[in-house]
Amino acid sequence: MNFDFDEDQRRLQEEVRRMLTTHSTSAAVRRVLEGAATHDDGTWQQLAKLGALGVALPERHGGAGMGLLELCLIAEEAGRALAAVPLLSSIYMSAEALRLAADDAQQGEWLPRLASGQAIGTAMIAQDDQHALPGAPAKLDGTHLTAIFNAVPDGMVADVLVALAGDALVLVELAGKGVTRSAQTSLDPTRPLARIACDTAPVAVLAASGGAAIAERVTDGAAVLLAFEQVGGAERALYAARDFARERIAFGRPIGGFQAVKHQLAEMYTAVELARGHAYYGAWALATGAPELPRAAAAARLAATEAYTLCAEEGLHLHGGIGFTSDMDCHLHLRRARWLAQIIGNRFWWQERLARELIGEDA
Amino acid sequence: MDFNDTAAEASFRNEVRAWLAANAAPRVGAEDKFGDGLDHAAYLAAAKEWQARKAAAGYAAIPWPREMGGLGGTPAQQIIYAQEEARFLVPSLVFEVSLGTALPTVAMWGTDEQKQRFLAPALKGEDIWCQMFSEPAAGSDLGNVRTRAVRDGDDGGDDWLLTGQKVWTSGAHFADYGIVLARTDWDKPKSKGLTMFIMDMKAPGVEVRPIRQATNDAHFNEVFMNEVRIPDTMRLGAEDQGWKIMIGTLMQERFSLGEQFGGDLYNRLIALAKQVRWGGRPAIQNDNVRAGIVDCYLRQFGVELIVKRGMSAISRGESPGPEMAAVKLVGARAFQTGGALAVELGGAEGLIAAQDLGQQWALPQTLWLSGAGARIAGGTDQIQKNTIAERILGLPGEIRTDRNVPFRDLESG
Repeated sequence: MNFDFDEDQRRLQEEVRRMLTTHSTSAAVRRVLEGAATHDDGTWQQLAKLGALGVALPERHGGAGMGLLELCLIAEEAGRALAAVPLLSSIYMSAEALRLAADDAQQGEWLPRLASGQAIGTAMIAQDDQHALPGAPAKLDGTHLTAIFNAVPDGMVADVLVALAGDALVLVELAGKGVTRSAQTSLDPTRPLARIACDTAPVAVLAASGGAAIAERVTDGAAVLLAFEQVGGAERALYAARDFARERIAFGRPIGGFQAVKHQLAEMYTAVELARGHAYYGAWALATGAPELPRAAAAARLAATEAYTLCAEEGLHLHGGIGFTSDMDCHLHLRRARWLAQIIGNRFWWQERLARELIGEDA
Repeated sequence: MDFNDTAAEASFRNEVRAWLAANAAPRVGAEDKFGDGLDHAAYLAAAKEWQARKAAAGYAAIPWPREMGGLGGTPAQQIIYAQEEARFLVPSLVFEVSLGTALPTVAMWGTDEQKQRFLAPALKGEDIWCQMFSEPAAGSDLGNVRTRAVRDGDDGGDDWLLTGQKVWTSGAHFADYGIVLARTDWDKPKSKGLTMFIMDMKAPGVEVRPIRQATNDAHFNEVFMNEVRIPDTMRLGAEDQGWKIMIGTLMQERFSLGEQFGGDLYNRLIALAKQVRWGGRPAIQNDNVRAGIVDCYLRQFGVELIVKRGMSAISRGESPGPEMAAVKLVGARAFQTGGALAVELGGAEGLIAAQDLGQQWALPQTLWLSGAGARIAGGTDQIQKNTIAERILGLPGEIRTDRNVPFRDLESG
């Protein structure tokens, strides 16, 4: 049994981790936080240079032709580094949708640009309604799309949008006519959001039918990849709190010696290990195309959401007052954990999806 | 990444399968158990007979060298054997302590003479062993052992006399020998004055009394020792070295504990929730019930996945360590919570015991009650959290006011 990543994959992970330690610093993330940039382009270009963006894309379209397991480990490191980059929107969602739905010419047009970081994509491919703000359902008229999307990740910086309209998957060039967009302030400004309105905007049709099934598969993949980001972020928040608890002296000893603190940290560690187990299983299902993917992806997402939320909230708490200051990174984790927990459907949605899978009901 | 055996593991698995198929009946239903209808003595005899056959085939102690009666195999092969054996109807819960922890301790610390005398008969199932560490005042705080071992005679005779009480001893009522931790030096601090002995459970002065658990079962015992004579040749390891030996024994226990916390309680929950109706609708349509099922899956299957990662480490030749504390912490709580949810599905009628309500309620009812015990046995939740915090996260140990104090000066209570 080898329910783990291999040595080459671990080496790649190490390389990405070293690069992110140098480039995705707290200062770099905070430039995006303060609104000085839409994303951390320095880190984004470095990821492209390492071949990390195209790691799972075919070689003939500018990718490295490796696979989704490698992308999982890159996601873990991006999450650990709090990287303010459009991995979810451009790589996990739009590049994957293009890879699975588009014909070779369409792939040839867009995948090399996404893999090299020259273009950024995003995607709105959820089929269900869980909207707090009324948008307008996507309507496709031949090759023209009319829709209003809210909370589009990286919507202001994206060049293209993959959208699900009925059972069709389409590609919208966002600089084209019929598209208007405006920024929506994000609770995690390091991961910005936008409103995009398409009014009979011209589109390229990626899949005229069968788009919903592909969208579902892409969303499951994104759930697994985000789970790795969440595990990475959770582990970082856990060890930051652990380090603080070893150094901070109160009542005559390091606070990490008190059981109330120790046991909280042990619970955080346990949640991360549980999430890691489910994330690895999701990675296996994703990479092998196993029929278990829907349940594995939902479980990975739920366990990872639980772990990162716990580690971010309690990690900040264990720092005491200093943890609530802007200078500390604790609130970056708190914001990121919340953003990741909801961006592709909240835990209630995924809980219901997992329940249906386990019970064996149709949607 | 895969869940497959290596080529060598696969061929070992085939070998084991063939041997088991030739020597035991396959398990058909999930509820099938070996020995239904056998009384205690007959079950024990069957277990010993099965163990002798395993030993003859080399499967009694797979990782041990051949000259010690093993197969010279790997820990991964040991796990493969256990997985395959679980698919057959064979006796269980007789040799777990004997071969899982007590004998490895004798093999590790015993003199040549002790190994010569004890290992082979135990592997063949002729002798059954137990381990006696815990005491009424030494549970989580095992260093507090008060069983007294004194040299017989003023100028240090060749025998020891043991007096005291042990508790939670699995299988003591059918064990032939046991390893027992006793205090030999009361002037040293608590963990420094302890020595390990091999005790003949049939020796004069040994009295075993079963403990009736909250579940009405009696797997555990109290063991009373009243001046039990033990020759110095039955001392295991050096004098005052007992603490170190015991820690090694408990480490053996850790991984084997992990494996028992998997299972598919969530599937039982689903089956029951489909069957039970509330207000004309199946309980399975209730969102809170669905959330409980999902939670049970996340924990139980998550535990299995952590164990699979541990097995992968074993397969690579590494040894998983304190990470397994997380498995027990999550797994035991999942038994209790999932079992309680299943019982709760039945409403007032869910309070009727399975023998009157229906067999499908038996497992959840058992887990609901035994989950409370599972959270204690092998280290309470709090001890598991201390292990994680100290051994994995590197946090400071507890304040110990008793660390450098001679044991005889410690407060007791």
